[in-house]
Amino acid sequence: MSLRIYAIAYLIFLYAPIVLLPLFAFNDGTIIAFPLSGFTTKWFTALTDTKALHNAVQNSLFIAALTSVLSTILGVCAARAGAMYNFPLKRGIIGLVMLPLVLPEIIVAVSLLVVVVQMLHMSLSNWTVIAAHVLICTPFSIAILNGAFQNLDPSMEEAAMDLGESRWSAFRLVTLPLVMPGIISSLLIAFTISLDEFIIAFFLTGANPTMPVYIWGLLRFPGSLPIVMALGTILVGLSIILLTIAEILRRRGMARAGVKDKGSFL
Amino acid sequence: MWEKLTATEGRRGLLMISPPLIYAILMLAIPIGAIVLFSFWTQNFMDVDTTFTLNNYREIIEKPIYFALLQRSLFVSGTVTFVTVILAFPVAYFVSFHVPAHRKSLWLFLITIPFWTSYLIRVFLWKVILGYNGVVNTGLINVGLIDEPLTFILYNVNAVIITLAHAFAPFAILPIFVALEKIDRSLLEASEDLGESKLSTFFRVTLPLSMPGLVAAVLIVFIPTIGDYVTPELMGGAGGKLIANMIQTQFLALNNAPLGAALAIVAMLCVAAISLLFVFLNRRWLRGRS
Amino acid sequence: MTALISLTGVNKYYGDYHALRDINLTINEGEFFSLLGPSGCGKTTLLRTIAGFEGVSEGVVVIGGKDMQGVPANMRPTNMVFQSYAIFPHLTVAENVAFGLRKKKDMDKAAKDLAVDEALTMVGLKGFGDRQAHALSGGQRQRVALARALILKPKVLLLDEPLSALDKKMREQMQVELMRLQRHVGITFILVTHDQEEALVMSDRIAVMFEGEIGQLADPETLYRRPNGRRVAEFIGKMNFLKANVTNVGDTIDVNVDGLGPCTIAAEQAPSGINLGEAAVGIRPETLAILFDGQTTDRETIAGTVDEVVYYGDMTYYDVRIDGVAETLNIAMKNLIGRPVLDVGAQTTVVWDARSLVLLP
Repeated sequence: MSLRIYAIAYLIFLYAPIVLLPLFAFNDGTIIAFPLSGFTTKWFTALTDTKALHNAVQNSLFIAALTSVLSTILGVCAARAGAMYNFPLKRGIIGLVMLPLVLPEIIVAVSLLVVVVQMLHMSLSNWTVIAAHVLICTPFSIAILNGAFQNLDPSMEEAAMDLGESRWSAFRLVTLPLVMPGIISSLLIAFTISLDEFIIAFFLTGANPTMPVYIWGLLRFPGSLPIVMALGTILVGLSIILLTIAEILRRRGMARAGVKDKGSFL
Repeated sequence: MWEKLTATEGRRGLLMISPPLIYAILMLAIPIGAIVLFSFWTQNFMDVDTTFTLNNYREIIEKPIYFALLQRSLFVSGTVTFVTVILAFPVAYFVSFHVPAHRKSLWLFLITIPFWTSYLIRVFLWKVILGYNGVVNTGLINVGLIDEPLTFILYNVNAVIITLAHAFAPFAILPIFVALEKIDRSLLEASEDLGESKLSTFFRVTLPLSMPGLVAAVLIVFIPTIGDYVTPELMGGAGGKLIANMIQTQFLALNNAPLGAALAIVAMLCVAAISLLFVFLNRRWLRGRS
Repeated sequence: MTALISLTGVNKYYGDYHALRDINLTINEGEFFSLLGPSGCGKTTLLRTIAGFEGVSEGVVVIGGKDMQGVPANMRPTNMVFQSYAIFPHLTVAENVAFGLRKKKDMDKAAKDLAVDEALTMVGLKGFGDRQAHALSGGQRQRVALARALILKPKVLLLDEPLSALDKKMREQMQVELMRLQRHVGITFILVTHDQEEALVMSDRIAVMFEGEIGQLADPETLYRRPNGRRVAEFIGKMNFLKANVTNVGDTIDVNVDGLGPCTIAAEQAPSGINLGEAAVGIRPETLAILFDGQTTDRETIAGTVDEVVYYGDMTYYDVRIDGVAETLNIAMKNLIGRPVLDVGAQTTVVWDARSLVLLP
């Protein structure tokens, strides 16, 4: 019982900052502190008037969309190879691909910065951010898709081939439908990570900042903080919706494959 | 050609893994090699002098500021790791052992959600909570526990530790949970059957068996925290800056990429060395017990 | 009988590992053929080279008169029932069964539906078409797998340990059903199994495999009564082994068996090309008997002491020690009316017959 109380207290600790977001987003006062003044939606209206923000959001959406697709494709390759084949140096190769999961993000950021700017003399752009985001999102995609692929009976594709399908159509007709929930889940998670990622984007972003980089700029101006709160509320809301869809799909995928749910994907 | 490539299972596997592998080599292995190389070069105003030199490393050793930052960073990462893992273990234990099976994924989902929401905004909100007029202070004053706002909870190392511990909480819970889930429940019954109490069963069976998860949790928190510069920047004040802030400054403000690269490598080596030592000691400890 | 499948000089290497060693094999049309052996003996690999999932390193696989070199699994006239059944969990039972009909352009939807109905009826799953595949029991999955494979009217049905996932009762029931099904469709079945009883019950012929080689290829009775070597004799059923000395080889064979003494056996009781000198003799437990009080026999007898008694209900197995032999003899006795179960240590008389001996190299 005391464990349950502790766990609930821990959840409150986890959610404490997020709960504050909407409070201040709808608070009619420029200072982010208690006590609250009145209710207002003017900070949300202000969001719609900020041109620079719109550009940042567009950039971030573009980056996140491309990142999610690319990292999911790479994730499918790795998860499939990991689950269905034995090949030389398997552990080492998978380890290298998964390494960004534990590598400090600043290392990824500075190493790519050095290569792009100092060695290749290219300029930073959305593409450099995408390159780095794909790198850090791929391990998450793999982790999610591993669940989907490892639950797959390797005989399944062989059975399809035995019944007359080619290797590719066996994949398309049997494997793809079975791992589709995992794929969508991976797309959503990678999208969310990329959309929120700051540490790397700050190093690699070009002339057009991503949304988190733009927010970072706003944090220096106390006057714009309520707008950040409003933006944050929308972002958190959006993230929760995307994650909920991802989770529902993951569970549906498990049910479809007839596997017992073993909890989260990580 | 294609037939030859897909002739054996091993080749098919390598072919399948090659896109992510090539990507990781191009975007990770080569760039890391590049910063290693870079750290032996020097910045000469706008140009980079590519003669091999250990000057960057010499500077890091000789100037006490770098050592102090590194020491503080390792202290912060270590403390954050310790606090996070200790606080996370009971939660993972609760979800694994006391939550009914059909509710487990809901709990895990609730635990992971905050982790996926904008890191930047989450860190900033801790400033709101811990600040001079923040939630904690106004709350405590209203209740009457304190007269003056507490100042030791913002713009110092404590604030950095609290914020990081919050940010990495799910990272610690998940691996421990996975390890606990793998424990065959009949082992615990066997232990009690053999005369151990619930508490000694925990220490003699559950804890050793959950060790892989604990180790993973420690590494997955300890290693990335060293590279975080957002939290110290926003929460640390003047006395709470860490090595990552210095790396960032060298690259983006002082335009001394080679020194920044050397700092990044030194930081990474320290973390790697400590992690390996930890894993090694843990193995020895486990072996010593059995 | 016409040959349907022939394998000539088939070898398979995985790196240094020699998985199939010079396999030569002919399987006939309409035959129920089994590949029997312990796990890791190469029986599944052999089946998969016939199915086309594994290539051969050396040798030729011919099915229906066509060389299968370079012919992928989806183009071969074989269909397979997988060990895990590999029922597609996202499809219904009917969709699973109809899976292979997708490429059949000459069939319209009605013809396909009819074929699915027939196939399901054949395996006893009439009316199950709309069920979700993942909601089926083990036995039902097995039937769906059979229907799915047979609907394509293959020349050969390959079965990879199809009964190993079922419980004992279900397994025995499915053995009978599979035999009936094979007689009904009349096509060649190739069964891979590690269960000797299953192979003996179901097969027309059995190839016993050890370490990538075929140890013996024969019909069940020959395999049981005349194993060609110790490995086969040990793998199939129980057998007592006694050291022996071959003293004369002619139309009949004279052999001096440890513990039993000299005797003469027919030439067919020994492998061809047996030499004089040391050999072994195998005796099945059910061909030995214990002489109970008051019984007489005109067969050979020898005195012994009961060393162990294992009571099975319908049978009692005795381990009996006889003079001059280190190992005990295992003897199976039916528990007939009025027949006592002896105690350990009882003095007894063992009855044996030279006709039941098999000489092993």
